[in-house]
Amino acid sequence: MAEAAAPERLKLRGITKQFPGCLANDQVDLTLRPGEIHALLGENGAGKSTLVKIIYGVLRANSGEILWNGQAVTITSPSQARRLGIAMVFQHFSLFDSMTVAENVALGLDHGAGLSALTAQIGEVGRRYGLALAPEQVVHDLSVGERQRVEIVRCLMQKPRLLIMDEPTSVLTPGEAEALFSTLRQLANEGCAILYISHKLQEIRTLCDRATVMRAGRVVASCDPRQESAYDLARLMTGADFDQARKPPGRPRGKARLQVSGLSLAAAALLGTPITNINFVVATGEILGIAGVAGNGQNTLLAALSGEQPCPGAGNIRIEGQDAGNLGPRRRRRLGLAFVPEERLGHGAVPEMSLAANALLTGYDRQDLLSRGNIIFARTRDYTQRIVQSFQVVSGGIGSPANSLSGGNLQKFIIGRELLQEPKVLVVAHPTWGVDAGAAAAIHTALLDLASQGTAILVVSQDLDELLQISDRIAVLSRGQLSECMVTADADVARIGLLMGGQGDGHGTQTKGEQRAAQT
Amino acid sequence: MRPRLEARVGTSRTMVYATPVMAVILTMACGSVLFAALGHQPPAVLYAFFIQPLSSTYGLAELAVKATPLVLCAIGLSFGFRANVWNIGAEGQLTLGAIAGSGVALWAGGDAGPWVLPAMIFAGLLGGAAWAAIPAFFKTRFNANEILTSLMLTYVAILLLSYLVHGPWKDPDGYSFPQSRMFADSALLPLLTTGTRLHLGAPITLFLALAAWWMMARMFIGFQIKVVGLTTAAAGLAGFSVKRLIWITLLTGGGLSGLAGLFEVAGPIGQLQPTISPGYGFTAIIVAFLGRLHPMGILVAGLFIALSYLGGETVQIELGLPLAVSGVFQGMLLFFLLAADVLVRYRLRWSRAMTTQAAG
Repeated sequence: MAEAAAPERLKLRGITKQFPGCLANDQVDLTLRPGEIHALLGENGAGKSTLVKIIYGVLRANSGEILWNGQAVTITSPSQARRLGIAMVFQHFSLFDSMTVAENVALGLDHGAGLSALTAQIGEVGRRYGLALAPEQVVHDLSVGERQRVEIVRCLMQKPRLLIMDEPTSVLTPGEAEALFSTLRQLANEGCAILYISHKLQEIRTLCDRATVMRAGRVVASCDPRQESAYDLARLMTGADFDQARKPPGRPRGKARLQVSGLSLAAAALLGTPITNINFVVATGEILGIAGVAGNGQNTLLAALSGEQPCPGAGNIRIEGQDAGNLGPRRRRRLGLAFVPEERLGHGAVPEMSLAANALLTGYDRQDLLSRGNIIFARTRDYTQRIVQSFQVVSGGIGSPANSLSGGNLQKFIIGRELLQEPKVLVVAHPTWGVDAGAAAAIHTALLDLASQGTAILVVSQDLDELLQISDRIAVLSRGQLSECMVTADADVARIGLLMGGQGDGHGTQTKGEQRAAQT
Repeated sequence: MRPRLEARVGTSRTMVYATPVMAVILTMACGSVLFAALGHQPPAVLYAFFIQPLSSTYGLAELAVKATPLVLCAIGLSFGFRANVWNIGAEGQLTLGAIAGSGVALWAGGDAGPWVLPAMIFAGLLGGAAWAAIPAFFKTRFNANEILTSLMLTYVAILLLSYLVHGPWKDPDGYSFPQSRMFADSALLPLLTTGTRLHLGAPITLFLALAAWWMMARMFIGFQIKVVGLTTAAAGLAGFSVKRLIWITLLTGGGLSGLAGLFEVAGPIGQLQPTISPGYGFTAIIVAFLGRLHPMGILVAGLFIALSYLGGETVQIELGLPLAVSGVFQGMLLFFLLAADVLVRYRLRWSRAMTTQAAG
């Protein structure tokens, strides 16, 4: 690789980090130059987060060398990293909900500054980088995209020379993501180096100049993502070939298997979002996708569908034509419902229990695993074995605990457990969230196969690409309200993006924050 | 430097079963130091404490007599503990079982017939379950903490017992002693061997321990209890009702404790007295954890703790040591068990405020 004239902003040599029982980083080398947007790619557990935490001073490497502008440095804390000029936007925001934007920014700065001076600075930074924010706005009232802007502005106030972004678009609508990209490009043009962590291949190909691919703690490739296809990048990430699931076009719609009508429900959790007047139908052999940014009522809707939260009216939910709104999860399963929750460990599976016990967890009725209150162990083992075999779950045997499986394998297990129950209606939340590309393809194929056998499938996901790929129709959940269903083949992605941002057809155009920001 | 606990990567399965043994050994070692400090020869005390009580048929029978209520209460508690239902009030449920069973015995009077004993057993179960139903109701209805409610109800139960033996149920021919009439022979548990106090309650307890094992290992209800204890969200997904399981675990736990109380009054005691248990219901908490909440483990742990009661009595008689030695032994045992459990799951690290130089 030809050396650029400018000195390297950051150079890592042989970074190794050993955790108890896991080598998270193994001799990692990485070079960042000023003005480049550098992607750090890898599956879950590849060691990206560990590496970034070492750069930001959260973790200390066991061995290896960090050069900052050509000088060897030891980064012992995040505040030291910030003094060097390294800033980071975490995937999970660290903002105080009840404080204003300006107060939150002030709290993140290492040096003190008057609030009024800060307010002016926030406005200036916002104008320069197109990050519209109202400094006196309370964070609680902001959308997720706006909250991220607060985090970014807080970083930019310190004039960073290296900005690290950890999966920034996972919570953004397509429109918000596009705005973020132009901000990042502008920053790079001014000479800031950007380390961009993501597993969304498409956006890396449009945004980044270089990519470093990690697998199992090591750097396995370094490339120009614009020259590679998404398929090649995915293959580098997983180290395996796989086929992307493809939806066969134009399946006929049959009779309605899942009907939801006039469903309004308060959130069970303290900070959950209530849902209002939800109506949709999923028919035989159909996949309906529900898109939306997390926190817009998905959890309430899912709890209402699974039966964990009772509905106000029995007729709110009909499964196979029967009123199911007031039935619990067990009776709904008997009607033919299967359910895959968002959280795998602790909701979809009991972490400490064996795979066989976790198969029993939801399969006991539909797989006939009980006899007069006793568990039929032979049948349970056989059922578990079938799940593991048909879905190629990599595990240490059906006696190994659920928390010993990787995220992708556990997700395959849970989906397999539900699919083998031959459901008439399947509700799946975020089927491939945090799952590697190979497992994601296997899961998509399984869902499409199930639909072709006549099951009605509802997929709730944040990943719009996924929904566009597998669903027949698509609707958007925003602030507890569901848009009308659109046929995916004819759907306008830009319009879906607007709906996800809560800016649907004419009503409720802007968030409060955006209106105020527009006025300043 | 300050100590810090760091989670271990995997917990060893053998260690889970080795910790109770380690706790016993450590308790003996510390006990020896204690005895030496009191001016006794540790080997002699340990012999008197752990071996001598077992050297006669009578001693072995006493061991079973003492272990019976401990095992019954501990098995009842273990269902709840597995489901994260922290019933601390086994002592009160034991007392209510004893009161209810005694009520039947006293009401039946003289020699009433063979139906009295089964009726007493039924009443004992019911009395304990009813007392446990109060925390269950408050927990499921108002989300009241069952640790507090069940514990407080223990004192209510003991005061109720005190009222009865001082008042309405006092033996009119008892020279004003606060105790009930002696039960009729038909209201007493049959003895298994002559010359001992070993009664029918012991084999019933053994059978119930086996039944509990079957229930937890082979039955769906046992599976539900374990799932609820580990993750309520997964239980909700599977359609297991948390409230229903709170009721089931508290009622069975209370029922078994009540049965233990009934066995005491209809067995070794033979009447209702102001004190019918030396804290069996509280000690059963130690038994339950020492036995790893497993019915067979509880059986072994119950025998061991029963030995600590007997040993305490023996060292008091033989060596003049205070009876409180039993309590000290039990306390140390629980302490070492919990400490060993923590160290099995975590390792102790001394964190220093110094920078580790990255090697070049």
